[in-house]
Amino acid sequence: MDTATFPPFAVTPEIEAEANKRIDQYPEDKKRSAVLPLLHIVQHKFGYINSEATEWVASMLDLEPMQVYEVVSFYPGLREHAPGKYHMRVCRTLSCAMAGSAELMERICELTGIDRSKSDSHHNPIAVSPCGQWSVEFAECLASCGTGPVCLVNDDFHEAVAPDSAQELLDQYDTAASHS
Amino acid sequence: MSNITYLEGKEPDAREHRLIFRNVDRADWDNSIDCYIKDGGYEQLKKAITMEPQAITNEVKTSGLRGRGGAGFPTGVKWGFIPPNNTKPVYLICNCDESEPGTFKDRYIVHQDPHQLIEGMVISSFAVGAHTAYIYIREEFPEASTILEKAIEEAREKNFLGENILGSGFNLEIYIHRGAGAYICGEETGLIESLEGKRPYPRIKPPYFPAALGLYMSPTIVNNVESLCHVKHIIAMGGEEYAKLGTPRNTGTRILCVSGDVQKPGYYEVEVGKITMGELLNDICGGPKEGRSFKAVIPGGSSAKIMRCEETYQIKNADGTQQELSFYDIPMDFDTIAACGSMAGSGGVIVMDDSRKISWVLNNINHFYAHESCGQCTPCREGSMWMRKISDRIANGEATPEDVQTLEEVAYQIDGRTVCAFGEAASWPVEAIISKFRDELEAETSEDNEYLSEEAKRQLSFINQ
Repeated sequence: MDTATFPPFAVTPEIEAEANKRIDQYPEDKKRSAVLPLLHIVQHKFGYINSEATEWVASMLDLEPMQVYEVVSFYPGLREHAPGKYHMRVCRTLSCAMAGSAELMERICELTGIDRSKSDSHHNPIAVSPCGQWSVEFAECLASCGTGPVCLVNDDFHEAVAPDSAQELLDQYDTAASHS
Repeated sequence: MSNITYLEGKEPDAREHRLIFRNVDRADWDNSIDCYIKDGGYEQLKKAITMEPQAITNEVKTSGLRGRGGAGFPTGVKWGFIPPNNTKPVYLICNCDESEPGTFKDRYIVHQDPHQLIEGMVISSFAVGAHTAYIYIREEFPEASTILEKAIEEAREKNFLGENILGSGFNLEIYIHRGAGAYICGEETGLIESLEGKRPYPRIKPPYFPAALGLYMSPTIVNNVESLCHVKHIIAMGGEEYAKLGTPRNTGTRILCVSGDVQKPGYYEVEVGKITMGELLNDICGGPKEGRSFKAVIPGGSSAKIMRCEETYQIKNADGTQQELSFYDIPMDFDTIAACGSMAGSGGVIVMDDSRKISWVLNNINHFYAHESCGQCTPCREGSMWMRKISDRIANGEATPEDVQTLEEVAYQIDGRTVCAFGEAASWPVEAIISKFRDELEAETSEDNEYLSEEAKRQLSFINQ
């Protein structure tokens, strides 16, 4: 297993400043609204949201940790486990499935050595490659049905990704890809 | 519009009427405010800010604009629901959570023409008296989130946002609020709960109509991205002129999103009701794929009831007369599609040809709704998963004919018995697919299914004696 892709959770002045900027978007007595923005800051920097991060968000917003955790555990887009360096979300919904997204996912898993049967326990599980570079999950409709199959690799959006161009897709991020 | 050129290979079809999508795929265009202003942008805001807010609402009412998010509810009427003697702050929320399977239009507006949305939002906020507005944008549009944040800053620098906009005394701030991958946040009250920082469990209406009890229990107007853009054009041409586009009670233009088994899937902005299903699928989209024929179409996002391409419908016209309409002659409007037993919804037209097994289609859709159920209401929480399990078995050839009947019954136990319309969204596909393709589904089942366990076979043998 490679060394950790993401740094361990730690609050910095920059992170606090970013958090406060988001908190200021909402009325003063409605800080709870900033739960999602703060969780996005955490997930973007640290890859996922652990209990320490949950408690920090709660303390920033004068909430009980459970009030933050109920949000973390509900949304498919929030992760409780570390993804790979490149996290891929392949759309599984009707039009993309008709265009071959299930086959695309299979190819990606073959090429990266990911075994999707070994996903984490979240209700929206992700599966990580043995080398830690890649992770995958199926996402629901990504709103680009006319150019399916589509997928997101981290924040990059890819359209019309035919199953047999999966290697090309991976090569854009790491040419030394696949099992290790 | 002769001075506009489009990127090579992305020119609009001749039958389109590019109003909202005027700048999508446009050559020599970028999403900066300078480009937008050079093209005449924000002139409508300058005009609107000198009008009486009620006059703007009246123009929107006259225009007949119906919400483009899926419900098709008249926008001007929705704005009018704010209580007359309201003293609480009013909020405007732009619903940019575009997640209805088959729909892909708001994506292009926020990525390529963000200022059209912002201008529409400022005008709308001014009309309804909101001083704080939020764009709830789905998390899976990360680039658009950055684009919109930048566009908001650009607009503020030019005094189109912030304090004392254009010297009018009107203040408005727009903030971006990113979602986190939940379809139910597209439901307006689910969105509001999410914006408040909670799990997005929708609220029951009545009494929680957002215009009365919305964000922080204050009057809130939630509008779709495309709807808010239409507001700008309504101010530009006036409500009466706008209402001449499209057809009576189905005015204006709308963006149809065609995906699936057609030669040319994509987005097409047309006058509402002026294009028929046949013109859309065969002329604009080039017909079915080589060697294939059309089988079924879902006309308005996956929540809309499926239609068989060989069907004819008996419908009642506005003047009371009866009419027989074939599938391909259906005009792409709101009312006729509803009269034919489906809905125009979000404009997401999903096309299936004769290569598709309907049980597979049904199963894919059921997985979506089972996944996206928020879990608040028992019929939907339990029923959506139950329906998925049954359609899993049908699609895998492990079902009995009775399973099809059970599946149908479960759907009807959800329909109409939930806090929000997700119950209908999850059950209508099942109801319609079974109603229209019952034979095909039952043909995949077997009384004597070899996949049944020994125990189940033993039990069945007692029933069948």
